[in-house]
Amino acid sequence: MTATTAPSFVAPRPSNAKPSIVWALRDTGAMIGRNLTVIRRVPQLLVFSLIQPMIFVLLFRYVFGGAIRVPGIRYVDYLMPGIFTQTVAFGAINTAVGLAEDRGKGLLERLRSLPMARAAVLGGRTLADTARNVLIIALMTAIGALVGFRIHNGVPAFLLGLLVLLLFGFALSWVFALIGLSVPNGESAQAAAFPLLAPLVFASNSFVDPASMPTWLAWWARNQPVSATVNAVRASAAGGPLATKVLIAVAWSVGVIVVLAPLAVRKYRKA
Amino acid sequence: MTTTAIVAENLQKRFGAVKAVQGISFAVPTGTVLGLLGANGAGKTTVVRMLTTVLKPDAGAGVVNGFDVVREAQAVRSSIGLAGQYAAVDENLTGRENIVLVGRLNHLSRADASQRAVHLLAQFGLTDAGDRPARTYSGGMRRRLDLAAALVTHPPVLFLDEPTTGLDPASRLDLWGVIEELVADGTTVLLTTQYLEEADRLADNIVVLDQGLVVAEGTPTELKARLGDTVIELEFADAASAAAAATVLDAQTEASTIVRVVMTDGPATLRDALNRLAAAGITAQHVALRQPTLDDVFLTLTTGAAA
Repeated sequence: MTATTAPSFVAPRPSNAKPSIVWALRDTGAMIGRNLTVIRRVPQLLVFSLIQPMIFVLLFRYVFGGAIRVPGIRYVDYLMPGIFTQTVAFGAINTAVGLAEDRGKGLLERLRSLPMARAAVLGGRTLADTARNVLIIALMTAIGALVGFRIHNGVPAFLLGLLVLLLFGFALSWVFALIGLSVPNGESAQAAAFPLLAPLVFASNSFVDPASMPTWLAWWARNQPVSATVNAVRASAAGGPLATKVLIAVAWSVGVIVVLAPLAVRKYRKA
Repeated sequence: MTTTAIVAENLQKRFGAVKAVQGISFAVPTGTVLGLLGANGAGKTTVVRMLTTVLKPDAGAGVVNGFDVVREAQAVRSSIGLAGQYAAVDENLTGRENIVLVGRLNHLSRADASQRAVHLLAQFGLTDAGDRPARTYSGGMRRRLDLAAALVTHPPVLFLDEPTTGLDPASRLDLWGVIEELVADGTTVLLTTQYLEEADRLADNIVVLDQGLVVAEGTPTELKARLGDTVIELEFADAASAAAAATVLDAQTEASTIVRVVMTDGPATLRDALNRLAAAGITAQHVALRQPTLDDVFLTLTTGAAA
């Protein structure tokens, strides 16, 4: 079934002339491209991942929204930044599922036997999922506009808010990279993710004002990274003092990255 | 270029309390095929993972293409191709994209990687399927694609971890042909397998592993010679006559109705055996001559070590 190797063929030799940082960036680029191909090949996956947030939009905008009191702001403008953050948070599971599947299928094994930069596997994964978030946030913003969400603070401020949100997604991707490398397959990654995300996403200021919660829960809901990110995105769209909220949110995300990225990298080296 | 492509020296690896590899040594001369033979859990894959820099040995050393697998891991990685037992292809990428990706991660230029992909797809009979996602491929096609990707830099040393496990017989023959062509081309191959037939056909030398230890090594011919001569198998109607025949022939019964006699004295052994049976009034139902197979060697060696 095979033709014999062409007699005069000289295989190209890999070149290692460039500095290693250039190779690391190129390898990371190759991995990002590989990870994003799935969006082009199986676009249904992206559509499915929007169904849950859309149900939440409909549920909170039209079913519960009328009964929820929030101070000094239309409920839809309060809600949508919460939904954006929720979508990005649950979307980070994608990082865990992707890595767990790559590991289960022996793909990580092959990558480890290649002369590529070690950082490119996790970097390519988390950055590809960040790129995916850009697409998802754009779609969710459009859906928000359809149900009455409006920006009151100018486009640049809102874009700054979305950058804060993307950084939060990137930070969570590192959390889920660690989880993905610690579980045997994609299903386990999904199962491990929900108990971790639920208290962060639901016991937060995403949907309701924490002032309506019992004191202990309100304290939690005011002092955790999802709420910090929601605060920044909300202020970026609705107006009001922004700088402090952005700083707090960025501090949370940077803190998560500083702690979790080295752990994930260590896990990858050992896994 | 060194004359020894792969050296394993007292390689050891334990996982928790399990000693997966307990001091394995062998050498593979450049341009030859080594068959690493053993049952599941014998330590074959662990040896391959250490020699391909995927796993660090606890002790011992590995040298591939002249480079140390721990200290010069990056140089080793540039010298090898690895095709594993899972056919590690990305199902969402096309066959072509899979090969190009591995080429790019091997630091080939985009043009070189694409050109290699065209060549390898043709060589492995995948040209028509080259632009389809790999998830549409059959098991045999995936293995071929996996092997093609491993060959993207035309590496001098190739590691094949159970390349045909789970394949149907036709796909297996197919892949054997491909591997033989590579070897004819000068590639050094380390191949792990559970199939003695595969090792017999492809390997110049065989190392038999059992429970993380080398229990035998040699050429296929040498290993078969360890079992000695051709065996006469006599089958009887029932266990009683087989037992009686075994006494007469001073031999062992096997599977209760079969008696095996080693042909130590050539054809005279057969004549002598039949004469003795006739004198004792026992009639064999069936007589067969059997050459020892690698299976016999393998079972003898591994069950012996386990006992």
